Amino acid sequence: MRYVDEFRSGELARALAAELVETMPPGRELALMEVCGGHTHAIYKHGIDELLPAGLELVHGPGCPVCVIPVGRVDDAVSLALEPNVIFTTFGDMMRVPGSKGSLLDARSRGADVRMVYSPLDALELARANPEREVIFFAIGFETTAPSTAVTVLQARAQGIENFTIFCNHVTIVPPLKAILDAPELRLDGLIAPGHVSTVIGSHPYDFIASEYGRPVVVAGFEPLDILQSVLMLVRQLAAGRAEVENQYTRVVREQGNPRALEAIEQTMELRESFEWRGLGSIPKSGLRLREEFAVWDAEHRYNVPGVSVPDHKACQCGQVLRGLVKPWECKVFGTACTPESPIGTCMVSSEGACAAYYHYGRNRPKRA
Amino acid sequence: MCLGIPAQIVEIVDPRAKTAKAEIGGVRRIVSCALLEGEAQVGEWVLVHVGFALDRLDEEQARETLQLLSEMGEAYEREQAQIRASGEGAA
Ligand code: SF4
Repeated sequence: MRYVDEFRSGELARALAAELVETMPPGRELALMEVCGGHTHAIYKHGIDELLPAGLELVHGPGCPVCVIPVGRVDDAVSLALEPNVIFTTFGDMMRVPGSKGSLLDARSRGADVRMVYSPLDALELARANPEREVIFFAIGFETTAPSTAVTVLQARAQGIENFTIFCNHVTIVPPLKAILDAPELRLDGLIAPGHVSTVIGSHPYDFIASEYGRPVVVAGFEPLDILQSVLMLVRQLAAGRAEVENQYTRVVREQGNPRALEAIEQTMELRESFEWRGLGSIPKSGLRLREEFAVWDAEHRYNVPGVSVPDHKACQCGQVLRGLVKPWECKVFGTACTPESPIGTCMVSSEGACAAYYHYGRNRPKRA
Repeated sequence: MCLGIPAQIVEIVDPRAKTAKAEIGGVRRIVSCALLEGEAQVGEWVLVHVGFALDRLDEEQARETLQLLSEMGEAYEREQAQIRASGEGAA
């Protein structure tokens, strides 16, 4: 068992695609949102979009942790990186995200000590190895990533490492989903829910989508067959007039999630009054910060963070892309002024961004019907 | 970065610090098992995200999903075969 190859059989994929055609309710157009950028990436990488029947459209959602960070927060990160004696650590993708005064990469060429890490624990290790320096970790991500930051802070406390702080930008998945479902411009028939966020939070938190909004939800894995099966499960529900939360990704996701991970978040973090999202504006109770008792490890407490809201680049349509209103190729600068090498918006930076997925896998025009 | 990758625990490094070595797509790296229920065991499959084993992969469930998928495939093949056997039809 390797959990990967088995879920990539092309033969089974075609069989599932054929079954989808037969399950499609006749004469109906269906729009399903894949919430997670990891799904967006997998869909284009494996050409799943090309296997879908006519009348079924996948709409890309806001679940790309790099994409949703607004310009102001990137500027804050750059400002922190330029503080004296600081080693600023970040996941690789965040390095190239443009702020209004350049990216972290630009800050590095101006002399800031910006380093890429794979894990928050690597940043903690840097702090241990460099006691005379101050190490800041740029924490981003949904509930998938927040527990890792939480455990790292707990370890910093347990080990008495105080030259280490977190610039906390963790966000939660349910509030933006609610914002999208409440928006009048977009009609969605169902949601493919993010598998790895759900590993932590479980499948319960989506219940309101079925009960209050009457839309079916399927928690999906990330291999091609996982995604196709999830789409089929959604279409079956829609054809039968059902709206339920189902779990396709049972090998990893349990209804109650991972209680230890939830507890680590709860112990170290609390909800902010509101948090600004790229494209979605400020959403109440959607972002996390460290609790007061962890102020020593909180960069926003230890440093002067500008905290100014800055509008997106004029040409950038990431906001609409993240709300599923615009396809990447509809953005005027897509593939010309905005490319993965010199991105204008976040959606072109991260491999989970819809623009990057379209660019890499050559989807630069509407799919032919 | 949000992707989790299936990995197999190949060595317990420090049971107190809850660290283990995991093989992730041919690469070995130390991961934290602090988010796992109970002790990690060599041979276990976990989902690794930013240096943490986020949870275990349930082998039984994986098999069931695959079984379901292949049954869907088979049902389709059968139907195809029936369609082929039925010729062009009456109309
Ligand atoms: S192409 Fe670039 S500027 Fe346009 S929406 Fe995508 S990331 Fe933003």
